[in-house]
Amino acid sequence: MGRLFAVEIIYRGIFQKTLAKNISRGIVLAAHQAGKPGISFGRYSDSPERNGIPAKSFAIVGSDQETLEHGMAKYEPKEVDITIALDDTLCKGVESWAWYGLQPVNKLLQQDGTLIVTSRETPEALISMAHRKEYPYQLGILKGTPSFSGLWVYKDDHSDVRILGAIARILPELFTLDALKKIILDEWHDSVKAASAERAYERFSSTTVRPTQGNPETPYKFDLPKWHEMGEGVAIPCIATGKQIEDPGTHAMGGYRPDRNPTFKKFSTRTMRPVLDFDTCIKCTLCWLQCPDTCFDVTPEGLYDANMQACCGCGVCEAVCPVPNCVTMINETEFRDNSSQWEAWRKDKPGYKTWLTEKIESRPERSHGFRYRGQYKEQIPEMLEIAREG
Amino acid sequence: MAQMVETLEQHHKTDETALITGSEAIAVACKLADVDVITAYPIRPYDTVMQYVAKLVSYGEMDCEYIVAEGEHSQFEIVKHASAVGARVFVGSSGVGWMYAMEALTVTPALRIPMIAMVGNRALDDPGAFGTEHNDALAVRDLGWMLVWVDNAQEALDTALIAYRVAEDRRIFLPCGISCDGAFLTHSQALVKIPAQEKVNEFLPRYNRADLLLHPDNPITVAPQANEDWVMEIRRQNYAAMERTTAVIKEAYADFERIFGRSYGNPFFEEYMTEDADIVLLGMGTLSIPMKVAVRQMRKEGKKVGFVRLRWFRPFPAEALAKSLGRFKAVGVVDRDYSFGSPYMGGVVANEVKTALYSAPGPKLPVLDFICGLGGREVTLPDITRMTDSVYAAAAGKTQPLTQWIGLRE
Repeated sequence: MGRLFAVEIIYRGIFQKTLAKNISRGIVLAAHQAGKPGISFGRYSDSPERNGIPAKSFAIVGSDQETLEHGMAKYEPKEVDITIALDDTLCKGVESWAWYGLQPVNKLLQQDGTLIVTSRETPEALISMAHRKEYPYQLGILKGTPSFSGLWVYKDDHSDVRILGAIARILPELFTLDALKKIILDEWHDSVKAASAERAYERFSSTTVRPTQGNPETPYKFDLPKWHEMGEGVAIPCIATGKQIEDPGTHAMGGYRPDRNPTFKKFSTRTMRPVLDFDTCIKCTLCWLQCPDTCFDVTPEGLYDANMQACCGCGVCEAVCPVPNCVTMINETEFRDNSSQWEAWRKDKPGYKTWLTEKIESRPERSHGFRYRGQYKEQIPEMLEIAREG
Repeated sequence: MAQMVETLEQHHKTDETALITGSEAIAVACKLADVDVITAYPIRPYDTVMQYVAKLVSYGEMDCEYIVAEGEHSQFEIVKHASAVGARVFVGSSGVGWMYAMEALTVTPALRIPMIAMVGNRALDDPGAFGTEHNDALAVRDLGWMLVWVDNAQEALDTALIAYRVAEDRRIFLPCGISCDGAFLTHSQALVKIPAQEKVNEFLPRYNRADLLLHPDNPITVAPQANEDWVMEIRRQNYAAMERTTAVIKEAYADFERIFGRSYGNPFFEEYMTEDADIVLLGMGTLSIPMKVAVRQMRKEGKKVGFVRLRWFRPFPAEALAKSLGRFKAVGVVDRDYSFGSPYMGGVVANEVKTALYSAPGPKLPVLDFICGLGGREVTLPDITRMTDSVYAAAAGKTQPLTQWIGLRE
């Protein structure tokens, strides 16, 4: 058997589907320049993709056809040379339609493989988000905000070719920079894109992530039942309705927390999270009512606490809240846990206020497509600047 | 007065005799089974059932929700949902009407809905023809439906009661199609013993949807989307349910005999004059009548031929049938259906019988297939004589065509 190459591209469902496809196509086309056969595919069971839910594309290349078939015989690669995360918040782990439980972003990465992330964060920040790995791997950051390049009306920001340029640098056995530049000119007829690829190739660097670094938590998992352990008739018991919650100060019971699916939490869909000002909340119920994921817990005093195990970060609560700055969406990279904001507020109100103000004032901008109209367009010049200057 | 009460009580325990069609016999079974929800959409010959049920409801003899749907797909979907909330249901169709319901027919076994459907067998369009052909009911043969063929009105009534008993057994919860040949059975009146209600009540417990009941007190989600991590396990559950049907059908027939005093012998297939037979012909449904007549005639001519009528097609009684057929020198399968392009271009039943025999111990029997009676065409004595002679020739080692069209103008 010859050499088998595998690259996975983890992306935000639907927003980055075209971008991911362009990258995996580029890998196969560039490898084909040197006569290596390959295939590019999006994981079938990720579809239909919901807004923001983690999804995957793969490129598999073999040194010859028989070797490639060894890769194709699997539903998807079990280990990869390179993992690309097209959104840095994916570093916290991914939970998709396609499997059960939370997968670390680096799960499929083989020893000394490279994780490429598009981000404006520092390596330290990203390392602290990703789960620990039993062996060392490389982390390379391609500077940039999460790209929607290729999605309907969104402009091309060269994220695709910059990532391909980085791959040529990391794994020249897969394809060379020359092969890449040739297919960029053939596919896109754009010499500026070829220049972007070359710039990324020249500037790319990575740092080693050691087994002692990263998030030490064990990600939640779910074991599939045997056929005779499952209920019959394609029927699933519903989740129980929920119960009251305890006030951490007075220990009084009150409010309401709906029970939630313990094995399908969906929070890895989130790229932004709401931070709540409990002091200005007028208890109008709109956030609780409009949340499409029933993520708000009702506190004993009638406030609404967005539960971070269940929040998908859609931003509807921010949009419907009538009080200025009572609900504010903040980039998910700013947080390291899913703990309750309401409990923090109950324990230390001045401390919470300081934390909240700091989060809102220093928030790194990001878009998830619909926070407000025109936000992404505003970011384009900056993104192109990053692409040029690196 | 006491005597009058006693007489009334006796009346409730006594069977009556009525001159009714096979379709009407099924409708009477629905009344006796106290079916809760019935959906209808007219198509010949099934419509004769819905008309008679409508009469029973309008006369006040039967109490049920009677819904005329806007097409067969809805007709089957409505009873599927009614059954999920705990209603005993009845439905039916014929020919292309049954095919129009196909999506609903495929989801019903997976959801473990014990729907009882009467299929008034009818040739599939085109050409638009009313006569009997078995391809309509057979179209669901791989999907988890139990399928049974009857050949007279009494058996239609009895089998409908047995079908409810089997399908609604918690071990099974699968739909059952009762096939009644168009015209021969659906439109001819015969004397039928209508069992007393008390006996039916003893035989047929109330439908209990149990853990699968869709009800606010038992909150469940039914029929979600699932990926490849779940589909095989769900199919395996249906496989297990179908595997259990054989034993439950045997139990039901034994109980039926005990309570109603009428025996069907082997529930899965009926044998006629096979004890000393050299060869046998095998078929389903009302073919049995001309076959039995012909068998008697040929025996007068010294040909020791018997007839096997297959009653249950799903579950297919492979082992028992192979064991029985192994006694003869050759078998001729009479298919009132077609399966174009199938192995040796044979009909559906012939290929099932061959499969059953292939894995059975002992020498391989010659099995010939005869396609005949399509579209309700009469199967004549000369037709059956020709089949018999061909099977005899095969038994004697003479090469015969594996599939022959009989009764065709050629």
